[in-house]
Amino acid sequence: MYEELRDLILEHLALVVTAMVVAIGLAVPAGIAATRRAGWRRAALGFANIMQTVPSLALFGFLIPIPFIGGIGKRTAIVALVLYALLPILRNTLTGILAVDPAVRESAVAMGMTPSQVLWQVELPLSARTILAGIRIATVATIGGATIAAAIGGGGLGVFIFRGIASVDTEQILAGAIPAALIALAADGLLGWIERRVAV
Amino acid sequence: MSAIVEFRRVQYRIGGRDILRDMSIAIEPGETIVLLGRSGSGKTTALKMVNGLLFPTAGEVLVDGKATTAWDPVRLRRRIGYVIQEVGLFPHFTVERNVGLVPRLEGWGEPKIRARVAQLLQEVGLDPAQFAARYPRQLSGGQRQRVGVARALAADPPILLFDEPFGALDPVTRLELQKQYLSLRRELHKTSIFVTHDVREALMLASRIVLLHNGTLELIATPEEFRGAHTPEAEAFLAVLNENPDV
Repeated sequence: MYEELRDLILEHLALVVTAMVVAIGLAVPAGIAATRRAGWRRAALGFANIMQTVPSLALFGFLIPIPFIGGIGKRTAIVALVLYALLPILRNTLTGILAVDPAVRESAVAMGMTPSQVLWQVELPLSARTILAGIRIATVATIGGATIAAAIGGGGLGVFIFRGIASVDTEQILAGAIPAALIALAADGLLGWIERRVAV
Repeated sequence: MSAIVEFRRVQYRIGGRDILRDMSIAIEPGETIVLLGRSGSGKTTALKMVNGLLFPTAGEVLVDGKATTAWDPVRLRRRIGYVIQEVGLFPHFTVERNVGLVPRLEGWGEPKIRARVAQLLQEVGLDPAQFAARYPRQLSGGQRQRVGVARALAADPPILLFDEPFGALDPVTRLELQKQYLSLRRELHKTSIFVTHDVREALMLASRIVLLHNGTLELIATPEEFRGAHTPEAEAFLAVLNENPDV
């Protein structure tokens, strides 16, 4: 039991970390791009919004018949988790950068900073807190969401939960749910601490 | 002498409306040109065309004899200091890093930057030992504006642009900074273009006043000529002066 618990925790963490790395890698650049043109903004936010409104179990289910990204197993689970995590990160990146004082941005440009210097030295540092807050929200949600991965063979702590539901075994359910909740709390605490340490 | 900044029949049109119409002026090195006008007269638009934040929709603006559209915008802007009313200091940079920004972008060595920053803070009346390590939020409005001026001067640009830099300050601080600007100008021999709606400030600082009204250049005059001018907009501004002679 303890060995299985340990393995499932590790599997759960692997799902979450992989999904978050991919989601950050997609959503932060997309959020930056979305600040540059109103058309991209509508498209990116629209897509992420729709993804968020699909009930999570249904999203896992929808992906199964799709070739390449779908099927049964971890890959499908990760794709679904990524799609879920996109919106908070994208929205916070967008909001954070758009909230940078226009006078600060204008003087950065007028001082002769190149567009990439403006991004890296001004826009991203000034929106770091907001972006990190989005990452924190997405991470906590993904830790919970990843329990559903077990429904499509993705493994993780959901295995205990689904098994417990099937056998009406509360202890099994709790064996999955409590570690998942503790991981979520720990992640929230850690990312919140990092967020507060970022100077504005 | 050849012009350092020249507007040639400049027009700026956006959304079917002329913000600026047929503006021409040649600015000689060392002058302080004050663009005077009401809100919406086009004065800030004209200013932003000098450092390529905006480009004319017709005509051209030349800096050092070369059209702004032909300049690499980054190179152009590093030759031009820029001070705005909102100051626009980087809130996440100390005073030292704010003032040293352009020298750092230009790749100066650290000791040279530090010495330059200390010298500039002295020049604008801030003690480097006391202020260099502070963040903008730890400064008063007047101190922030002084740092803004120091930042604009940092890489010793030949041209300085000021967009109502003292507009948000209390009258006492404003007068202090205007006087300081005059003494800095005597030492530095820069070409300045200054935007204001304050006729008193224009008369105090300008070598020539350029009066704009609804996007049209109405008058170019020295302060002495301006006091005796009889165009409608000049009379409107002079009336303000005569209404409150003591303000």
